[in-house]
Amino acid sequence: MGQITLQQVTKNFGDVQVIPPLDLTIEDGEFTVFVGPSGCGKSTLLRLIAGLEDITSGTILIDGADATAISPAKRGLAMVFQSYALYPHMSVRKNIAFPMRMAGVDKAEQDRRIEQAATALNLTDYLDRRPGQLSGGQRQRVAIGRAIVREPAAFLFDEPLSNLDAALRVGMRLEISELHKRLKTTMIYVTHDQVEAMTMADKIVVLRAGNIEQVGSPLDLYRAPRNVFVAGFIGSPKMNLIEGPEAAKHDAHTIGVRPEHIDVVETDGQWQGRVGVAEHLGSDTFFHVHDTGLAEMLTVRVAGEVNLRHGDTIHLNPRADQIHRFDDKGLRIQ
Amino acid sequence: MATKASRSAARLMMAPAVILLLGWMLVPLCMTLYFSFKKYLPLRGGDLGWVGFDNYVRFFSSSAFWPSVIATLVIVGGVLAITVVFGILLAILLDQPMWGQGIVRILVIAPFFVMPTVSALVWKNMFMDPVNGLFAHLWKFFGAAPIEWLSQASMTSIVIIVAWQWLPFATLILLTAIQSLDSEQLEAAEMDGAPPLSRFGYITLPHLSRAITVVVLIQTIFLLSIFAEIFVTTQGSFGTKTLTYLIYQRVLESQNVGLGSAGGIFAVILANIVAIFLMRIVGKNLDA
Repeated sequence: MGQITLQQVTKNFGDVQVIPPLDLTIEDGEFTVFVGPSGCGKSTLLRLIAGLEDITSGTILIDGADATAISPAKRGLAMVFQSYALYPHMSVRKNIAFPMRMAGVDKAEQDRRIEQAATALNLTDYLDRRPGQLSGGQRQRVAIGRAIVREPAAFLFDEPLSNLDAALRVGMRLEISELHKRLKTTMIYVTHDQVEAMTMADKIVVLRAGNIEQVGSPLDLYRAPRNVFVAGFIGSPKMNLIEGPEAAKHDAHTIGVRPEHIDVVETDGQWQGRVGVAEHLGSDTFFHVHDTGLAEMLTVRVAGEVNLRHGDTIHLNPRADQIHRFDDKGLRIQ
Repeated sequence: MATKASRSAARLMMAPAVILLLGWMLVPLCMTLYFSFKKYLPLRGGDLGWVGFDNYVRFFSSSAFWPSVIATLVIVGGVLAITVVFGILLAILLDQPMWGQGIVRILVIAPFFVMPTVSALVWKNMFMDPVNGLFAHLWKFFGAAPIEWLSQASMTSIVIIVAWQWLPFATLILLTAIQSLDSEQLEAAEMDGAPPLSRFGYITLPHLSRAITVVVLIQTIFLLSIFAEIFVTTQGSFGTKTLTYLIYQRVLESQNVGLGSAGGIFAVILANIVAIFLMRIVGKNLDA
């Protein structure tokens, strides 16, 4: 079990309110990702759930029981930190055993769980090494191992992949997703990387300045962003947000078109512009288009290789059914 | 310093400092060795020729030798124990965020700036004096008879004085070490269910081990040769005669340079024995 409910939770640091009253329910077994730009309060929110910070007001329920005043150790949650926070003077085995040793689990059971975690995480050969002798990815796995053996109600991940290089990050992303599929335990994952959020989450919580902007499945957020912020934050490359007369044509203050929803045509496009930087990725090409007569620069995504160079003229047609419209408060118009 | 030329240039540049330091160390050491094999009484005939190992035998078999070695070790051990234990406690205390932190830290470090002679005199006359001392007043306030610190508890007194001087050093080193402890490690331990005392034992103390090693090694080097504190307080009486003080007495009070030099060589050997033991016990912390 691992259902976590936040009711009217707030957090102040001195006079500054970093989390305004916030309600959120995380269902048992769900992989929830908190995503937002740095400083949006997502890590603070995780630390509030963990109990490492005291909440200023409100209630935290874990499996229906009030956990607001319970110490971090007794909440039955395991956390994986950004810096991994491994104990440098202990071997991998002792690191993983530490929470069980503190809980007074008997030796045979400890060994059984260590063995199980090490096998699951490919750490069997490294059990007697110190964390200092391991690579970044291995340390990450030890940190996860230390969390698994506690058999927690929920896992909390605080930007666990941000210290890894790009290739390793993709690999670990898969491993964590697979781990979730296997354990079916609730996981809360904090990241500023919307790609991680999109690929891993069952449910994404988009945060800005402590406020929840939108909660939903990755594709809900992609298809129907509730406001301009979510529209701009979810999706890579960023959605083109256009204001002014062009938006007025659609009876909106702002319209948004994703780069992948703009077609490049030979002639007579709705927009016509000059290619600035062209990013050739092989599978895709991203064009930055200037001088379209719009105030904003446009980004266009074209599948495959397209033979357009810097300075070439390009004709563009947005797909009419994929235009998102927002009012002057930034909210979506249905 | 990658190329051959830059390496040899570096050696050339360092040479003056290295030669000066070596000379500084080697000349006195060689002179001590030289005099230790001579009968040399400056006021009673001067250089009276070679005597082989006579001085060593006399120094070693003198009734004052073993007590002085023990006194030295007791002072070193006592001061180390006090400074390390209280240093850790003070460092933890000073690491807590509090009002006036900067000023408090400077105050804690202040004793280190006081010269040993001055601090020993202050302790002797202002605190430990059986008539006018602060402790005497304190004892009288509670109706107890004042302790004559320097004669009745001479060793304790000297350990207290020296520990007071070295506590800031230990605190400073340990404080910087504590500040370098990753707070996420402590939080991880908290999540893992470790109560505060276990967090200290399993996380903080191991993290401090290297700093403690440094404190112990550096302090031992300096404490083996303390002199001023004894000179201005007990003058070596009441069982506070350390090896250093014994050598001083042999050379200056008995005007026997040869005997004192032999003692000096013993002191060097003792220091090395202690150093080897320390390296064995705590030195492995410096590798990792």
